[in-house]
Amino acid sequence: MNEFEPKIVAFVCNWCTYAGADLTGTSRIKYATNVKIVRFPCTGRIDFMLLLKAFSEGADGIIISGCHPNDCHYTSGNFHARRRWVMFRSLLDFMGIDVRRIQFSWVSAAEGAKWAEIVNSTVETVRELGPYSDYQKVADFLKTEVENG
Amino acid sequence: MTIEKYLVKKASLSTLFDKIKASGKTIKAPVKKRHTTDFAAVGSLDETTDDYITTAQSAKSAVFPRVEKLFGYVKSKNGVELVDYDLSTIPETVLWGVRPCDAAGFDPLNAIFNWDINDVIFSTRLARTTIVGFACAKADSSCFCTSVGGNPGSTAGSDLLFTKLSNGDYLAEIITEKGKAIQALAPELFEAAPSEEKEQNLATVEQKFTREEIKAKAEQYFESDVWKEQAQRCISCGTCAFVCPTCACFDIQDEGHGKHGQRIRIWDSCGFSLFTQHTSGHNPRETQGRRWRQRVMHKFSYMPDRQSVYGCVGCGRCSRACPADMNLLEHLQQIVKL
Amino acid sequence: MDNVKKRAAELLKSEAVKVVIGYTMGTNGKPRAAFIQNAEDVDSLIFNAQCVQNLAVYLSKAEIKQLGKPAIVAPLNVLRAIIQLASEMQIQENELIVLGVSPDGELIDFQNFSAIEKYLEDFNMEVDAKEKETLEKISSMSLEERWKFWNEELAECFKCYACRAACPMCYCHKCAVEQNKPQWIPVAAHRLGNLEWHIMRAMHLAGRCVNCDACHEACPKGINLNFLTKLMLNDAQEEFGYTGVTLKEGNLLSTFKTNDQENFIQ
Repeated sequence: MNEFEPKIVAFVCNWCTYAGADLTGTSRIKYATNVKIVRFPCTGRIDFMLLLKAFSEGADGIIISGCHPNDCHYTSGNFHARRRWVMFRSLLDFMGIDVRRIQFSWVSAAEGAKWAEIVNSTVETVRELGPYSDYQKVADFLKTEVENG
Repeated sequence: MTIEKYLVKKASLSTLFDKIKASGKTIKAPVKKRHTTDFAAVGSLDETTDDYITTAQSAKSAVFPRVEKLFGYVKSKNGVELVDYDLSTIPETVLWGVRPCDAAGFDPLNAIFNWDINDVIFSTRLARTTIVGFACAKADSSCFCTSVGGNPGSTAGSDLLFTKLSNGDYLAEIITEKGKAIQALAPELFEAAPSEEKEQNLATVEQKFTREEIKAKAEQYFESDVWKEQAQRCISCGTCAFVCPTCACFDIQDEGHGKHGQRIRIWDSCGFSLFTQHTSGHNPRETQGRRWRQRVMHKFSYMPDRQSVYGCVGCGRCSRACPADMNLLEHLQQIVKL
Repeated sequence: MDNVKKRAAELLKSEAVKVVIGYTMGTNGKPRAAFIQNAEDVDSLIFNAQCVQNLAVYLSKAEIKQLGKPAIVAPLNVLRAIIQLASEMQIQENELIVLGVSPDGELIDFQNFSAIEKYLEDFNMEVDAKEKETLEKISSMSLEERWKFWNEELAECFKCYACRAACPMCYCHKCAVEQNKPQWIPVAAHRLGNLEWHIMRAMHLAGRCVNCDACHEACPKGINLNFLTKLMLNDAQEEFGYTGVTLKEGNLLSTFKTNDQENFIQ
C-alpha cells in the first residue's frame, strides 16, 4: 500500500506570501511538494467558501497565508481577513470540522525559509491526521445513493 | 377490484409489520423526532407513532425524493458517456401510516409526472410503493379534506386501509392487488369483517366549499386584489410546497466533479422570488401576490383543466408549517365568498 | 396596547404613514403579521409573548414598500433589527415611524434612531445563560461527536429557506446560494449542500444576527440552526467586544482593530 500523501491547497496573497514562496524557490530551499498554490490579490479577498470548496473537492489540508499585520499592500485587507478567520475557524470547530487541517500564517516576501517550514509542518500534521475522509464522504454523494428525507 | 373487508386484531398489527419487514421490503412509517413527526425507514412497529394528525412532511418523497439522481456522466477522450440511473436500486417500499389525504396525493403527482411523457424513474418508484393507509380519528382546524373531494376514511390512493375501531382492533380494507399482496404475507391475521360501522370511528371534518366553486371563483377573480392582500405577509420561503403532497415543481442541476458528474432533480417552489425569473432578468410573476395566485390557480384551475385532477387534497400541511400563517383554508374560504 | 392602537390610528388618519405593520391574531391561536391601512382597523392589533416573528423582515419587502411609508410595531427584536438594518444603510430614519412596545405592550415613543440605540443599551443582546450552556455542551463534545451532531441535525433540512426568508438581515435580492457563476455551494438539499448552506448562512450573519430566533421559529423541521448564529454572536462579543446595538460600531466583519487578537496564525 502506498503511503498517504496529503493534498494541500494554499490560498496566498500576491504581495507577500506568493513572493515569499518565490523566494523559497530562488533560494533553492527544498520543501514538500504536496501543496498547490492559489494566488489571490489579498487575503481579504479569500472567501471562506473557497476553503469549503477545497475540502469538498478532495483537499486534506489548507494553508492560508498573507502579509503580516501592517504590511498589507491594500493597507487593511489582512486585518479584515483576520477577523473573518477568527469567526470562521470557531464556527468550523463548533460544527466538528477539523481545524487542525487549516493552517493560517503570515509570510512576508522576505520569508522564503518560513514558507518552507509552514508547508512542511502542515504536510506533517495532515499526514498524521490522515485523509479528510469525513468531509469527502459528505461530498461524495455521487457514489453513494442520495438519501431522501 | 372490489374492496374486501377484514378484521385485524390490535395485537396482530405488529406481527403483520414484522412479516412485511421479513419479506425484504423497506418500511417507512411516521416517527416522532423532536417536535415533528415524519416518515422514516423503520425496523419495527415500536419505533413508529400513531399519535399524529398528519406528518409534517407528506409521504411524497417516497416517489419524488427531495434530491434524486436522473443520470450520471463520465467525460473521456472519446466524448461523454451517459450512465442511466440504475432502476434496480429502487427498493420495494411500504409506506405505513399514510393518511387518506396523503394517499390521495399520489394521483395528482402521477398525473404530472406522466402527463405527456412517461417519467420512468418516478413510475418505477410508484410501482414499487405500497400504501398502507390509516384512517383519521382526529382532525384539526387546518384539515379540509371533505371540501376537496376526500374524507377521513377515504380509500382512494391507499392499497390497504386500516381504521381503528372502538375496542382498539382494526377494520382492514383491501383496495388493490398490492394490498392483497400484503394480506398474502400473513393471511391468518385477517379475520372476518367486524360488524362495527367504520364511520363512527372517523374524525369529523366539516365541508366548507367544493373544489368546483374554488375553480370558478379563482378564475373569475384572477385580476382581483385579493391575491395581493392575502400574500402580504407571505415571506416567500418554500415551506408550503415542500410539505405539500402534490407539489411537483422541480429544479434540474448538474453536479460535476472533475471528469464525472450527475444530473439531479430537486424540489423547487413557486413561492421563491426567482422561480420564474427569465435569463433576461424579466420575471412574469414578480410579486408575491402573483406567485401566491399561481399556487392556488395551479392546484384548482390549471391541473383540473390539463390533467383532469385537482392539485389539493386538503391535508392542511402548508397551513401548519407556514411561518407567516398563510392559512390555505382561510384563504380559500375568502375566495369562495368573493 | 391601547396607546399603541391610539397612536397607530392617529398616524393613519393624519396620513403620516400609509400602513402600520403589527401583530394580529391569526389562525390556530397564533399571532401573525398585519398590515393595517385604515385607522378603523387598528383594534385588531395585538401584542403578547407569542408575537415572536420579527416584523422588520417586511421593511425590505418590495410588496410592503409599495404600500407607502410604514409605522412598525417594534418589540425588542424588531428594534434591534431596525438598528442593524440602519447600520447597513437599508433603512433611514425618515422612512419609517417606530412604535416601540415594551414587553408588557406599552407604547414607547422613539423620536429617532439614537433614541432606540439608547433604549437598547439597557437590554443586553448577549446570548443568555441557558443558551450559553447549550453552546458549551456542544463545544465540549469531541470533534467526532460534533461532526455527527451537526450532520444529523442538518440532515433534516430540505432547503425551503424559511430561515432565510424569516430573517430581517437576509434581505439580499439574490442570495449567494442562487449565484451560479461560480456555484458557491450545491443547490440540492443533500448532506454537502445542507452543511455548506448552514455554514454560509452563519458566516453571512456573523456580527449581524440580532438573536431574535426568527429563523428557528420559522423552520418547519425545528432545526437548531439558531445556535450557529448564536455562536457567532457570542464570539463577536467575546473576541471583539461587539455589542451590535449602536450605529457607530460598524459591522463586525467590515471593520477591524489593528490589535484584534487571535492565537492560531503562525
